[in-house]
Amino acid sequence: MTSWLLLAEAGAPEGGLFDLDATLPLMAVQIVILTFILNALFFRPVGRVVEEREDYISTSRAEAKQKLAQVERLETELKEQLKEARLHTQKLILDAEQESDSLYRDALATATAESNASREQARREIDSQRESAMTQLQGDADQLGDLIVDRLLAATK
Amino acid sequence: MVALPLVLPFAELEVGQHLYWQLGNFKIHGQVFLSSWVVIGALLALVVAGTRKLSRDPQGTQNLLEFLWDYIRDLTREQIGEKAYRDWLPFIGTLFLFIFVSNWGGALVPWKLIHLPSGELGAPTADINTTIALALLVSLAYFYAGLSRKGFRYFEYYVEPTPIMLPFKIVEDFTKPLSLSFRLFGNILADELVVAVLAFLVPLVVPLPAMFLGLFTSAIQALIFATLAAYYIGEAVHEEQH
Repeated sequence: MTSWLLLAEAGAPEGGLFDLDATLPLMAVQIVILTFILNALFFRPVGRVVEEREDYISTSRAEAKQKLAQVERLETELKEQLKEARLHTQKLILDAEQESDSLYRDALATATAESNASREQARREIDSQRESAMTQLQGDADQLGDLIVDRLLAATK
Repeated sequence: MVALPLVLPFAELEVGQHLYWQLGNFKIHGQVFLSSWVVIGALLALVVAGTRKLSRDPQGTQNLLEFLWDYIRDLTREQIGEKAYRDWLPFIGTLFLFIFVSNWGGALVPWKLIHLPSGELGAPTADINTTIALALLVSLAYFYAGLSRKGFRYFEYYVEPTPIMLPFKIVEDFTKPLSLSFRLFGNILADELVVAVLAFLVPLVVPLPAMFLGLFTSAIQALIFATLAAYYIGEAVHEEQH
């Protein structure tokens, strides 16, 4: 307890629960002043910090979302490319297979044709040689026959 | 007015006694101002400590202040609406914080250790002058809010939805501050009296539940006062959909 409280104490002891006096307007003024002080010290700065953070969070979120979308787009693009490349290689393999196949067929056909031709030629040669051998044999036989006939005729004479 | 005749053998409860200070021709209740200065000092100390270095990554007291700010913003935005809540956030916030700290200060600070020549320290909100001051400020605030936002179209509010409402709306302007002030005053005073009476009758353990209930009531009353104040302002700035 301080002495100035005693000094300031007023004499007439009124009172009661509903004792309205100058406390009311002074308290109102005090609250208004407090409002301004708290606005300057508390509500404005803290509000600024909180809202700056909210902005920061929302922009970062938006950025992150954008990046995610970009990544997804790139991913689909790359997948597309991969698919295309796969299709391309498959086609290449198929083409190569077909080409080798046709080459093989061609080579086979040529080889068969060649062998056929050489076989045919050989057969023809054999035939002609047999023919000539036969004609020679025939000539020889005729000559021999003539000779035999001549000798026999001469003997009988 | 006389003090309530509490005839308890060992209770000396002082109700309705004040520490009078003379200020010119006016008398004021010194104990109310003393405790309100303590309350305001505590509030300002908290605020100054918490806002000394504000950063994007809050630390220590800044967390508490941001929580309070967020809470008050949600309250005002819900009651006043997106368009006008920003102007009234400091006022509603100050009402809430002042009443809340007053109520809890009245319940938690051991005021009885400080003896005054007359009257006793307690929650500033347990004095009718404080609560009427707060309630009248709310009345002024919602009149100002309505008039500044809508001009004289504000008075359309009195005849909406039908002109039959006019007398009721006028009466409401009187009952609003009345109910605001008496609700707060009655709750806080009653709570202090209950705790004091119980403490005088049975000084141990028994008053504890009443004290906890008092803390709860105190917080609720601060919330009610702030919410209603915001609601009244919201009602005044509300634009009818034509």
